[in-house]
Amino acid sequence: MALSSQEVAHVARLARLRLSAEELERMRSQLSNILDYIAMLQEVNVDGVPPTAQVTDLVTVMRPDEVTTGLTREQALANAPDQREGMFRVKPVFDA
Amino acid sequence: MTERYPTTVAAASAALAAGELSSAELTEAYLSRIEAVEPTVRAFLTITAERALERARRADATRRADSSPLHGVPLAIKDVICTNGVPTTCGSAILEGFVPPYDATVVERLEAAGAVSLGKLNCDEFAMGSSTETSAYHITRNPWDPERVPGGSSGGSAAVVAAGMAPASLGTDTGGSIRQPAALCGVSGLKPTYGRVSRYGLVAFGSSLDQIGPFAWTAADLALILGVIAGHDPRDGTSAPIPVPDYRAALTGEIRGLRVGVPREYFVEGMEPGVEAATREAIAALKDLGADVVEVSLPHTKYALPTYYIIAPAEASANLARYDGVRYGPREPGETMWDEIELTRGRRFGAEVRRRIMLGTYALSAGYYDAYYKRAQQVRTLIKRDFEEAFAQVDVLATPTSPTVAFKIGQKLDDPLAMYLTDVCTLPINLAGMPSLVVPCGFSEGLPVGLQLIGRPFAEETLLRTGDAYQRATDWHTRRPAL
Repeated sequence: MALSSQEVAHVARLARLRLSAEELERMRSQLSNILDYIAMLQEVNVDGVPPTAQVTDLVTVMRPDEVTTGLTREQALANAPDQREGMFRVKPVFDA
Repeated sequence: MTERYPTTVAAASAALAAGELSSAELTEAYLSRIEAVEPTVRAFLTITAERALERARRADATRRADSSPLHGVPLAIKDVICTNGVPTTCGSAILEGFVPPYDATVVERLEAAGAVSLGKLNCDEFAMGSSTETSAYHITRNPWDPERVPGGSSGGSAAVVAAGMAPASLGTDTGGSIRQPAALCGVSGLKPTYGRVSRYGLVAFGSSLDQIGPFAWTAADLALILGVIAGHDPRDGTSAPIPVPDYRAALTGEIRGLRVGVPREYFVEGMEPGVEAATREAIAALKDLGADVVEVSLPHTKYALPTYYIIAPAEASANLARYDGVRYGPREPGETMWDEIELTRGRRFGAEVRRRIMLGTYALSAGYYDAYYKRAQQVRTLIKRDFEEAFAQVDVLATPTSPTVAFKIGQKLDDPLAMYLTDVCTLPINLAGMPSLVVPCGFSEGLPVGLQLIGRPFAEETLLRTGDAYQRATDWHTRRPAL
């Protein structure tokens, strides 16, 4: 299945990946090849087959609602590329 | 290779317990070996020599009669597993310089047992790859032939053992990333049942598929390590609340009456004749040991690869959404927050990771979810049922691990589908969640071949007993590269 350049650009935006025009074209061609291969799944009869999302047969695991120790603020910020007043710092989110 | 020090965990453990050498001496010996051959192999991303020697001396000082068999034994850890205070990059530029503030559960358990970590091992970026060539830092070379890849994604974990730089290591396996490199480097490797080993502190790739497991020369060594790292962990909701057996006690050397199934679909078109021959000889050896060998069929096998390449990238695209250069990792400069996030992700993820994020995002996007993701989950059910039906007839399945021996560096890097096909015999097992053991079973064109044994969920004892019985009867696991 051949993807269009617009579709690839749309997916890149959904994934928050900034790609060059050259990279988008390479991605378009490689993803189209992979999707052609994956199309093999369309020939499988899956009528009435339940989906498998995980294989453990475990159901949602609960723990007692008790306060436990976590990372300190210092630890949580130790790897931050930018911080101010004990918080992660980023550029403006909205256009001025 | 000079062998003036023990090269297996069992031998090291026995020598340490008998007081024939200290952990500090053993650690120094491995660090010297690293100094000698690491410039050729490049299995490591970080070598923690000082820390290792300090831990080794501590292990010597705290040794007791009832110490763990891993007490004082050096090993090394794949760089997708968090280590408190030691850089953990996942082979990615997006985590350059990242130092975790906590240990993964497996690291805690190894340290509590007194094991000595030598450092962190190279891998494909975020464990996505089959050759360790997608690491952002450097490639790792196969100790049997430095012109060839060690396999992947846990290429560093396999190469470090094959090169004699550590008697054992930890890797991870999402679609074959322990078993394929174990086969290509001529060592043993175990992917435990999904849920057997805690994933807490493992950087997530495909959360319904990922498992941590050990590499070593022998199945007996894998049993020692699994006994330490396995078990329920309240911090991983998918870890199984099932008691951990004494894996060493399972190594009886006896497999008479074991029912071994050989799935015909695993001898795929394009498989190298030398690989098929070595695999069939190994199956014949199991028969000689008293196993009943029968042919079985897993009819949905050919759909495992396309199923995997929807499910794994879909899970990866969600898991890797967290890398935005806001809370950790370097940040690429831009005008706005979104500029910086998109530039950081666009530039610092490598080509294979970007490709899989795109594929997964597409498969999960509006309008395609039912056609791709839901259908793949349904086919996953059929693949799992194939295994359940086979295990109603047999105890163990025996198959090739990879269709080829180690390939040349660069040979498949620009052809994603060719690279994905190298895992055609290993990924069905992750989709079904079964445990699987690889043991060296011969050579083709001078390069190692591995036999893959697959078991029922939580039947690691059966796999390890079978692998150990095979290794008592053969000597492939004693061959060492002329490095």
